[in-house]
Amino acid sequence: MIVMEEKEKHITSYGLFAKVLVALLILTTISVLITEIHFGAFSVAVALSVACIKVALVLIYFMHLKWENTFLRLMVAGVFVLFALVVVFTFIDYLLR
Amino acid sequence: MNTTATHSEHYDPEGSKIGMWLFLFTELFLFGGLFLVYAVFRNKYSADFHHVAHELNAFIGTFNTVVLLVSSMTVAMSITAVQKNNKRLAINLLLITIMLALVFMVNKYFEWSYKFEYKLYPGSPVVMNLPQGEILFYGLYYMMTGLHALHVLIGIVLLTINIFKVRSGKVNAERYSLIENSGLYWHLVDLIWIFLFPLLYLAT
Repeated sequence: MIVMEEKEKHITSYGLFAKVLVALLILTTISVLITEIHFGAFSVAVALSVACIKVALVLIYFMHLKWENTFLRLMVAGVFVLFALVVVFTFIDYLLR
Repeated sequence: MNTTATHSEHYDPEGSKIGMWLFLFTELFLFGGLFLVYAVFRNKYSADFHHVAHELNAFIGTFNTVVLLVSSMTVAMSITAVQKNNKRLAINLLLITIMLALVFMVNKYFEWSYKFEYKLYPGSPVVMNLPQGEILFYGLYYMMTGLHALHVLIGIVLLTINIFKVRSGKVNAERYSLIENSGLYWHLVDLIWIFLFPLLYLAT
């Protein structure tokens, strides 16, 4: 038998996935309720913040990033930072025109 | 070629995964560009956007959000089932995922056809007579949800392929890159919707 230096694969438990789903559903309820209350300008900010938390949960647990190597995690984080920069620079250009 | 398939074939799960992520990055910027357009026009025509977002059915939007979130969990679980060598459970979970995806598409169909009944489709005379911001909102609404729905359809095809591969044993506990990467794709579809939902349906 060939013994290979294989990285131990991580198997996520069904229970953890179920817990993440519950968290996601609670956050969805929050974002729906918050828009009912009408915070005005704040409601968009709150709705987007809740969406960001949900996306983070999906990335970390469902998309397995929690157990991936640093290289992949940095790459994903980097892409989101890059997109944030694109948004910021577009608005700097657009608002100061 | 007298060795077993696992030795003679080139199999690089780490490489495939990085390749999949690179593809997902391009997808992110495909939708990201549309989000950017949305953000700028929402800023410019905020009153119109507020007004027209009322026309969207928030209930269908919320329902579809829940459907996609649950389907994301079931596809994640199906990977665990494959890794634990539980073929039957994996196939069942994939079937549930596809069913939920179909529920999503049926909802989308009703939602769009309801709009079409009121002649609210891009370029229709009714839409073209609306204020500028509302025309833009409808354009973005159809473009973004349409592109997203196309991804859901592609996801359904991918998941179906996985069912056959799991059944035939091509995808198994030692070799599960395909289902893992298909799962990543499906989660991306979910991820995009998580942003689309508050921006389009809760923008009032």
